[in-house]
This record gives sequence, structure tokens and C-alpha cells, in this order.
Amino acid sequence: MNVISDKLQVEGNRWIGTRTVRPDGADKVTGRAAYAADNTMPGMIWGKVLRSPHAHAVIRSVDTSKAEALPGVKAVVTARDIVDFPVDKSVMLGIQDMRWMCRNVMAREKALFHGHPIAAVAAINEEVAAEACRLIEVDYEVLPHVIEIEDAIRPDAPILHDFLKHEGKPSNIAGTMTAKLGDVEAGFAEADVIVERTFRTRPVHQGYIEPQACTVSYAADGRATIWSSSQGQFMVRAMTSLLTGVPQSNIKAIPAEIGGGFGAKTIIYLEPLALLLSKKSGRPVKMVMTREEVMRATGPTSGSFSTVRIGAKKDGTIVAAQGTFYIQAGCLPGGPLRGPVGCAFAPYEIPNVLSVGFDVVSNRSKVAAYRAPGAPLGAYAAECVLDEVAEKLGMDPLELRLKNSAKPGSKAAYGATFGKVTFEETVEAIRTHEHYKAPLERNPRPGVRRGRGVASGFWYNAGGESSAQVNITEDGNVLVTTGHPDVGGSRASIANVTAELLGIEHGRVSVQIGDTSSIGFSNLTGGSRVTFASAMVVTQSTEKVITQLRERAAKIWKIDPEAVTWENGEARPAGPNAGQFPPLTLKELAAKANEMGGPIGAGVQLNTQGADPGFATHVVDVEVDVDLGIVRVLRYTAAQDVGRALHPSYVEGQIQGGVVQGIGWALSEEYLYDRQGRLDNAGFLDYRMPVCSDVPMIEPVMLEIPNPKHPQGVRGVGEAPIVPPLAAIANAVYDALGKRFYSLPMSPPKVLEALEE
Amino acid sequence: MAKVHVTTTINGEPAEFLCEPDKSMLDVLRNTLGLTGTKEGCGTGDCGACSITVDGRLVCACLMLAAEAEGHEIGTIEGMARGEALHPLQQKFLEMAALQCGICTPGVLIAAKSLLEKNPDPTETEVRFGLAGNLCRCTGYDKIVRAVLETAAEMRETAQ
Repeated sequence: MNVISDKLQVEGNRWIGTRTVRPDGADKVTGRAAYAADNTMPGMIWGKVLRSPHAHAVIRSVDTSKAEALPGVKAVVTARDIVDFPVDKSVMLGIQDMRWMCRNVMAREKALFHGHPIAAVAAINEEVAAEACRLIEVDYEVLPHVIEIEDAIRPDAPILHDFLKHEGKPSNIAGTMTAKLGDVEAGFAEADVIVERTFRTRPVHQGYIEPQACTVSYAADGRATIWSSSQGQFMVRAMTSLLTGVPQSNIKAIPAEIGGGFGAKTIIYLEPLALLLSKKSGRPVKMVMTREEVMRATGPTSGSFSTVRIGAKKDGTIVAAQGTFYIQAGCLPGGPLRGPVGCAFAPYEIPNVLSVGFDVVSNRSKVAAYRAPGAPLGAYAAECVLDEVAEKLGMDPLELRLKNSAKPGSKAAYGATFGKVTFEETVEAIRTHEHYKAPLERNPRPGVRRGRGVASGFWYNAGGESSAQVNITEDGNVLVTTGHPDVGGSRASIANVTAELLGIEHGRVSVQIGDTSSIGFSNLTGGSRVTFASAMVVTQSTEKVITQLRERAAKIWKIDPEAVTWENGEARPAGPNAGQFPPLTLKELAAKANEMGGPIGAGVQLNTQGADPGFATHVVDVEVDVDLGIVRVLRYTAAQDVGRALHPSYVEGQIQGGVVQGIGWALSEEYLYDRQGRLDNAGFLDYRMPVCSDVPMIEPVMLEIPNPKHPQGVRGVGEAPIVPPLAAIANAVYDALGKRFYSLPMSPPKVLEALEE
Repeated sequence: MAKVHVTTTINGEPAEFLCEPDKSMLDVLRNTLGLTGTKEGCGTGDCGACSITVDGRLVCACLMLAAEAEGHEIGTIEGMARGEALHPLQQKFLEMAALQCGICTPGVLIAAKSLLEKNPDPTETEVRFGLAGNLCRCTGYDKIVRAVLETAAEMRETAQ
């Protein structure tokens, strides 16, 4: 379902908004697309990582002599080979602090989690490399460890880092963040109804199917080539440069096709190790993580321990909201506080808000971004409490949301004053949807109960640096290069935009992702920014190309360039006064390019602005088997303001994929640790992501309300869909059972336990 | 470790290779034969990214020893299209955007083809259970299921 509320750039569009075949499609359905692990280089050898068997231990010494003596071993690296960033001075790369990144890729003073890299080996094959890892002798002093948030913040908890202080004392609380508006206590004093609840969630993994992998060649001239998949080849270059000391100009990072990232591949693990192994051995080095390594040692997103309190007047006006969010950082600082603290109450106009986040370290792998980082944790707590407030007031939960929705000019606690706000439209779209009005058979068979729930969500979205180059080939076709890895069809959108602006057949446009040496700096594929930002720079580049084409035609016709228009892929005289000339096509102008001034092409490099936030409202029906404790999602409808869907299929796909990840988060996914602090379910059998038979069709309702700050009206789409599902499903389970769950996942053992209470 | 000499058929063509007896079919396909279209997502038979067929039967290549290929017919994603002509499933996946990152796609296509060979007229539920061994983290499965159902309908029509 697609609701278009404004005709901007819709009427008469030939390619924008159509479901064209993606430019990289044929390679991906035939197995030809080359992902991170699909590359080989001449003379290549294999790297492996030795990982800590302890959750927390001082590394007294690492003796690699026996490993180095093993025939077939070509190089060994340890923390000594990685550039050290002392803990007392922050060095930032984007949102990543290199003090923590250098300790994440290789344990330095201490092993901080089970699976923390201790050393890396390169050898003639994987078996020899694995044998060499076993020969490395590490002297550990095992320390007490701590896993759960509530344990980590106790006064007697084992402290991970002496240098981290909270309220003047060494602490596992690495930092705090506060968003404040008005006077929250005065607000609660006005409230007729106050609901306060505490919620717990477990860390969940992004679950990309492609494990991290890379091939790195460091040549005798000091130049390195990195082949890897990531959400930003420029991030790979910069972070590898910082961690190895090789200047950025000497590193070419080639973006392989990426087999899923969802935020996790905005940082690196293997590339610096492989580069150093390649430098020491003089051979290209390939490293591929196993799934077990991915689960143990790459970042999941945070678990949380949150308390939310909301106060409302009898008429439903929310007068105060307070949130306290303890967020897991993993073993090093940097949990996504901005997600829960800033997003939890952002859809609503609330005069008094106090939202505080705590960044808590424990002996787990360092967390990494996951789709709207942290926002689902805040929305889970806030949207479940809102459901209870609505119940207490005897109000429809969507009416409550509508009554309090943010409006143009509303001030959010995180600091923004909203311009165009499209939250109400998403609530209204669900309120009037057939799904929300459809009767629900509550007890279809014995032992089965059904319920319906709703929830909303907010995500900031982002602009930032992007580069594009649009070149006209000598035969009059078009090659577009951008600097963003394509995680879910962004090339398809770019092809639609370029063909539309040039007025040519879609098939004449090729879109590629440039490596770091062939396109200007482009920031990460993340923050729901790529289609927004790259469509902007591609539009500006294409407009420059069209200007050149008009100038060429003007030169040929010996008239003023202002007297030439570009229509349907041809230069034409602007009107009868301009003169009578037959149109010149792109092909004809390309053929004359050199005699008329040289090659035709233009690039734009820009810090893109104007990415307004995304809002979403969801409704879900669930069915609970009260004998087995299984919660099944029966029907799901997700409304979102998408700005402008350049390629509707891939916009729908973002919504559908985000929702199903949310279903997994709500019902089945969790990190489980044993008493020794070892991850107990480091594989897809026991870490249970939704499979095809677990879920129904997901109906996306795309509200196309153009973003006025974007040439095509694009608004970021990818992250908002994962924000509401946790609460929507929890609210639906309550509706089915009359029992509220304050802890995720709502897995069968927990549901059965709750039903037995 | 002494290598085993294996003679087999891959995508209809004779093939032979040497491998250690403990090497998986997946390892040999990818690292010995250069057939990297078959992907490794887990190595434990849980994700289906390495789905291949052995004498027409759907198998996770990571759970099969390469030496077991002796005398059998192996089918991989590289053999699904006939020259330039894509298999109807491949074509439909493109038209209906049934892939995002594409890493699970070869395995999903092999599994879907295998399903339709056994059951040319599956219900939505049968498609969902037929593909339950193939994890996809991007699409939420919606467009995959629709593409398989649509292809099945078209293939039935063509067959008549």
C-alpha cells in the first residue's frame, strides 16, 4: 500500500518511483557477485586469530616463538604491532574512539571478554595457521568477571577499567547522557495518572549472513590494497591507517559486495591484523571469521535495564516523562545512549522530560551499531508504558498518541525543534487501516489466545559527506560512481534518479561503487543516509552534466546556452526565438565531445544537510499457544513516512526486513552466557533468528510526504522500522494474555513461566 | 594428509579434484574449484547459504565431505541459468526485488528450485516451510515468498 500525499516529482515521472531491475541484480542471482570472502590474490596465505579463553584476565606475557618456528608460518602479530592510543587521550574517528578500537582489535593490557583477540598468525593454509595459534603461550592472570548490567553497577562489582570513574570512583559506568526539558517533577505533580515500569532486554546480534572477511596485500613499496566488505570503504581506510600507521594515501580500500551489515560493519576487526601480517610476511593475507567468531567477538547491540515513568492528565495530555536507561557497552565504552535517551519520547510533545542514559561496561564483546542504534530499547520501554497509560485512561492507544503527537515547532528533549513533522500521519494511517479495524477472534481454538498491539517509533536520520561522479561515455551512455556500499538496493534508486533527470532509457545508466582511490570521500552507509545523500550528490552532478550538454549544443548551434533546454534525453532550442535546429541527442553530443571542448562529466562532493527524522507506527496481531508458550505473529502492518520512494520495492524491503529483525528481538533472540562468562549460544542453531516459517507477510504502508529539503523529497527509511516492533509485540501479547511482560525476549520458557505464576 | 582423488559431475560437466579427506564440499567448491557462488554463512548447516543439490537432493555443502561427491551429480548456483537465460526463479527474484544484500540469494534460489521440482503448486505455508532452512536477514522473507509463489504459477502455466 502506498499513499502519496503530494504530487512533487510524481506526475510524469518515467523512472523515479518505478520498480526497475537493480543494476547489480544479475550478478547476485547467478553467484557472480564478489563478497568479502570471495576474493583471492596471487601468493595469498591465510590468517587466523588466537582468542582469549577467559572473560577477564591480565595478559602477563605472550610467547609466540613456538608458533613462529612452525613450518609454514609466515608471520605473527600481537598487540605490540598495533598502534597504541593511550587511555588518557581521546582520538575520535567519527563516533569511534580509537583508544577503544585499538584495544578491541587486539587485547592490550587485559583480555576483556571470552573471544578477545590475543594474537594473529598467517600461514600457508588455514590448518597450519590454526595449529600455530595453539602453539602461542599466553600467561593469564584470571580475574573475576561481570556480565549483566545489574551486576556491573553494584558497588562491589569487578572493575574492568581503573581509569573509568563515575562520581569520582572507579566504576563500570563509563559515561552518561542527559536530555532535559522543563521540570519533570513539577510535571508529575500535575498528572492524574502515572505509570512507572522497569524493563530488561538482552543483547541481540545484527545477524548478517556474511561473516567478516578480508584480503589485504601490503607491497614492498609500502602501498596496501584492502579487499573487504564494510559499510564504508573510507572508514576501512581511515581506521586501518590509524591502527597500523600506514598513511591513508598508501591504502586502497576496495568495497566488496556486502552480505548484510545493519550497522555492525561500520567498524572493523580483521583488516589491520591482515595488513600487519601481510607487511611482515610479504604475502597477501586472507582472513575469514567463522560464525562462532562472529557471534563471540563482533559487536551485538546492547542489552538494557530501563525504567520509564509517564504522567498524564485525565484528558490524555501527557505532562511528564522520565527515562533511566542503563545500556550495555560491552567491554569498552561506547554504548548507543543517544538512541534511547533522545528517541524514546521524541514522537510526542511533552513539556517536561528527563531522559538519562548510562554507558555500562562488562565482560562482553564491544557492542556495535545495529539499525537505529539503541532506539528500540527506549521505544520498548516508553511505548509499553504508554499502552498502560492509555489503558488506565480508558483511551484508545492510538488516540493517546495522536493527542500528544509532536507538531511543527515542537521541541524534542534531545534538543531539536521540529520542522515538518509527519508522526500524526503514521498514526492516522494505522488508525484508519483495515487491519486496525478488523475484528480479532480472541480464542480461535482451545489453548490459543490472540491479541493486538500498537507502538510508534522515531529515528533521527542523517546527512553527511557524500561524493558522486557522473560521466558520459564516448558512446553516449552514463556511468555513475558513488562512494557508498550498497546494502539493500541503493544503486537501483540512483539509476532511477539519473535516468529520470537525463531523460534516457534506464538501461543506459550503470551505477558502481568506487574504491577509496577512485571517488571522493563518502561517509558510512548508516544512519539511513545513503539514498538521501547519494541521490542529492548524484542529482547535482547530473545537473552539472546537463549544463555541459546544453553548452555543447549551444556551441554547435552557435547560440546562447541559455537558449538551449534539455528534454527527454535531447538538447533542443528553448523556443522559436532560439532558432530552428534539429534536437541533439546524448549520443550525438557524446560523439562530438572532444571537438567541442573535451570529455563530458561532473562530480560533486558535499556535506549533505536536511535529513529530517523518520517516524513509524505499527500494528501487530499475535497468537499465543498457552501450552507451549510460543508467540506467533499473525499479521503485521507498518506505516512510515518515507519521503519519496525512489524505488518502492527496496523501500518496502527496508520496512519488511526491519520489522522481522524486530520480531526476532521481541520473541527469540538473546545472548546467553555461562557461569564462566562464555557465550553459550554462538551459532545460528541456538541463537534463534526468525526463519521463513516463523513470520507472516509484512504489509508496509509507505506514506510519501516529500522531504522539502531534498531534490526528490527523499527521507531516510532503513532504521525507523526496527524501533516500534518490540513494544508493539509486547502490547499485543498483553492484549492476548492480560499479562504484561517487562523483559525480552518473550521466548517460550518465559511465557510459560509467566503463565504459571 | 594424503589427498583423495574425486571424480564427479558439477552443473552437468565432468569435474575432478584432489582434496584432503576432511575437507567439506563447500570448501572445495569455493577454494579449490573457484565456485564462490555458494556462500558460507555458518559452517554448521543452520543458515542454508551453501545450499547445493546432490543428485537433485537439497544439501548444505558445509555438512558434506567433498570426497562424498565421487560419482554423484552436484548442482550449484553457477549452473542455474542456461547461458544468458536466467532460470524463471532468478528472473522473478530480480523483478520482484526478492533480494537485498544478496548473500543468502544463491542458497535460497537453489532451495526454491528444489522445492518447486517436488511441489510445483505450493501454498504460501509450504513455501515458508520449504525455505525455513535458509536464513535471510534483510528481506523479512515477504518478497522471497511472493517471488517463489509467482514463479510457480508462471511455470505451471508454461508447462501446460
